[in-house]
Amino acid sequence: MKQFLTLILLAFSLNCFAAVEYKKFDSPQQEEAYKVLIEELRCLVCQNQTIADSNAELAQDLRRQVYEMLQQGKSKDEIATFMTDRYGDFVLYNPPFKAKTGVLWIGPIVFLLIGLVMLVVFSRRKKGEVNTRLSDEELAKKAKIKKLLNDGEQS
Amino acid sequence: MLKYIIPLILFMVMAGFLAMGLNLNPRDIPSPLINKSAPGFSLPILATPEKVLSNTDLSGQVWLLNVWASWCGSCRTEHPVFNQLAQKNLVTIVGLNYKDEASAAKQWLAQLGNPYNVSIMDQEGRTGLDYGVYGVPETFVIDKKGIIRYKHTGPVSVKDVQEILLPLINQLKAEV
Repeated sequence: MKQFLTLILLAFSLNCFAAVEYKKFDSPQQEEAYKVLIEELRCLVCQNQTIADSNAELAQDLRRQVYEMLQQGKSKDEIATFMTDRYGDFVLYNPPFKAKTGVLWIGPIVFLLIGLVMLVVFSRRKKGEVNTRLSDEELAKKAKIKKLLNDGEQS
Repeated sequence: MLKYIIPLILFMVMAGFLAMGLNLNPRDIPSPLINKSAPGFSLPILATPEKVLSNTDLSGQVWLLNVWASWCGSCRTEHPVFNQLAQKNLVTIVGLNYKDEASAAKQWLAQLGNPYNVSIMDQEGRTGLDYGVYGVPETFVIDKKGIIRYKHTGPVSVKDVQEILLPLINQLKAEV
């Protein structure tokens, strides 16, 4: 009974009533393009959401624009260009590689390289220290063995 | 000694970048429209909806396009600034009434004063989209040739008018 109740409650949970935009597409390819595009475009009002995630007015307008342009037979690239012409590269979650966005793309790689170089430098230095300490011990051991051997010979 | 200086320098560089990041305004997204032709429009006038205004009607003069709406809170903050600017009669101010209801917009202007030479209605937000509007209020400065020369996102302050808008307007008016 309890499980049944839970099931019913789940079925009527708020999520089920969340706004779903009904859009009719001419072809499955077009629907696919629409889904990809709205996942790649940033909502500029709520900056860390895509226009697919956001329900801000602007996101709704941008979705409408994408839909209409697809209906007009525009390609994905044409729509992306349309958006960047108006909102700049910031509107794309996957911005193109340009002089302006270079730091964005190369930055992480540079930091990774710096990290790797540091790692190598520091681990080498540590290794060197360990080696000398070991050889010190070895020297002591050798001296001890020598002494023992000498003692043996004498006795 | 170097052992202590290097981390100190690293720390200062990092602190510098973080301080810069804190002072940046994430809402200030550079508009790709600067120094490009103002997107065309042909929209009904708020006061007389049977008439339309096109961007071409404004060519040959320096004009401001101020995007506003009665539902927008910071437009209220900005409004007195525009009222003041309008009194100086230096520049044509066009209001783009963005995604608003005509009746609410008219009431808003009646209550707070109307600094606009003309307001046009963009109820579906299509012209707004062409101008890359994402946060009302926004203000564009357009020159005599119809080129966007400056964009201000967010409410314009008295200081912005004195230090940025007025000098720019004077400069653009002097251009042929």
